[in-house]
Amino acid sequence: MNPAVFLQSVSADYSGRPALHHVSASFAAGAVTAVVGPNGAGKTSLFRAMLGLLPSRGVIRILDRDLKSWSGSGLARTMAYLPQGADAHWPVTARRLVALGRIPHRKSFAPPTVEDDAAIEDALLRCEAVAFADRAIDELSAGERARVLLARALATNAAILLADEPAAHLDPAHQLQLMELLRAEARRGTAVIVTLHDLALAARYCDDVVVMQAGQVATQGVPDLALSDEILARVFGIGAVRVAGDAGRAQLVACRPLGFA
Amino acid sequence: MGGTIEQTAVERRSASRADTKAFTAQVFHVVRVPLARHMTLLLTLLALLFAAISFFIGPSGLDIGTVAAGLFSDHGTASVIARDIRLPRAALALFVGGALGASGAALQGLFRNPLAEPGVTGVTSSAGLGAVIALYFGFASLSPAVLPLCAIAGALCSAAILYVLSLRGVSVTALILAGVAIASLATALTALALSLAPNAYAMSEMVLWMMGSLKDRTLADLYFAAPLSLAGVALLAVSARGLDALTLGEDAAHSLGVNVGAVRRRVVFGVALATGAATAAAGAVSFVGLVVPHLLRPFYGYEPARLILPSALGGAALVAASDIAVRLIAPDGQLLLGVLTAMLGAPFFLWLILNLRRGQ
Repeated sequence: MNPAVFLQSVSADYSGRPALHHVSASFAAGAVTAVVGPNGAGKTSLFRAMLGLLPSRGVIRILDRDLKSWSGSGLARTMAYLPQGADAHWPVTARRLVALGRIPHRKSFAPPTVEDDAAIEDALLRCEAVAFADRAIDELSAGERARVLLARALATNAAILLADEPAAHLDPAHQLQLMELLRAEARRGTAVIVTLHDLALAARYCDDVVVMQAGQVATQGVPDLALSDEILARVFGIGAVRVAGDAGRAQLVACRPLGFA
Repeated sequence: MGGTIEQTAVERRSASRADTKAFTAQVFHVVRVPLARHMTLLLTLLALLFAAISFFIGPSGLDIGTVAAGLFSDHGTASVIARDIRLPRAALALFVGGALGASGAALQGLFRNPLAEPGVTGVTSSAGLGAVIALYFGFASLSPAVLPLCAIAGALCSAAILYVLSLRGVSVTALILAGVAIASLATALTALALSLAPNAYAMSEMVLWMMGSLKDRTLADLYFAAPLSLAGVALLAVSARGLDALTLGEDAAHSLGVNVGAVRRRVVFGVALATGAATAAAGAVSFVGLVVPHLLRPFYGYEPARLILPSALGGAALVAASDIAVRLIAPDGQLLLGVLTAMLGAPFFLWLILNLRRGQ
């Protein structure tokens, strides 16, 4: 099966400063792919290039069609994006915030359709956010807010979900819950692409890992290969131990910085 | 021992405060739910009611029947008063208020900040400057369209400056400060233009432009203000969904298929059109766009799309009511419309800042 998103030799710069350098990667439907790398490695730039927010050179194919041949609204229905540090600028209720995810499907000035309402309720349900759906977003805890913002992205029912650092600022229990939600989304057939700083989360929950360094892809593969000791040392400057985890998967624990004796 | 008593007292006090708060919230909820359902109808009726009252009061002391009859058929002086004096004043209050209310709601949506407003951001003063330049240097005599167009051009200048600053990622606080600077500059240039102008009444006219008034407006003012302010409000209304998407930030709005640049340009142009037309007709009336969206949020919610048209209705009602109050408080015209809105709006602005601080 062809990948949902395919990039070949993609380069881009931010006002003259190179952000991506000949990046090639592919992201499968029905799988969770982690994009990891140190700060400034180009993870967010990669997302912005895939969304057409950052002009780029090279080949980007979304569902076997060149990115440039997509219409704005068509792309908006196909790719949902949860930006880093996402938040709402107005204290709207959770349900109304989730409803914003339906904008790509709605005709101007038309009231929400039955499908819109169903998608909103379904997204709230999947993210276990029904209980506080009518509370204002600024009254929610960080964990609840993260779920509502994810529900907003899911309400689009897009084939591809890009989530930039959705687990940042969450406590361990909420991080695990969020990753379970992303896994469930992938089981529905969505190509879930997520940037993570927590390598243990990436190793445990993701089917595929893209490791980035200085605007380039260092490697892509299953967690055990992509997050090998050699890569961890070279890209992140850390050493790690692995303990036996569930489902026969080794669990990764980053434990010591290298170069600090 | 003392500690526990104190603690209990504190607990009791905070518990009773929480009770009061819960009770207020409950009462508000009970009142709000049916109100919210009919709020749009209520606002429309209020605006029309105030406009009607405004139409029936005036220094001539004509009774209601005479003025009403004068509007529909020819009754000499009564018709002149009804058609040429009362009607423009009452109708202009609606269009001016509507334009300012909608502009406030749209600017707040664009800057994602409840403190934005045409007056605070300097758009109104710049429109006033444009009007004054047109009027006192004779351009306005070329065509009746020149005055409103110059006011719109003035409004567009300041809105464009704010737009460029917002593109450069200037913080909202800095944008508001830039608005204050633009407003002071425009006011100073208005004063300069008036003192340079060959006009004996410059000083009293200056006050009218800077503070705003609906006194002595004519049907010609209405003919220009009405379509232009409606066009501006319409432009803001079509940007509503884009403004909603901006609630999630620019990249997220883009990813929802919204052309953020186009939304920004439409809002800037719509605000300039509406505020320019309103200011050309009534001078600089400030704080309407600040107060109205804030008062309506409990009923409609925070999304800009839900607020723009109700704010137009609310603004129309507020300006019509203020214009009545101005005449009732000081029948000889010592109190100007803009003075009243500023006296109500400025303390409200401060209160809003205090509450925002506490909220953060």
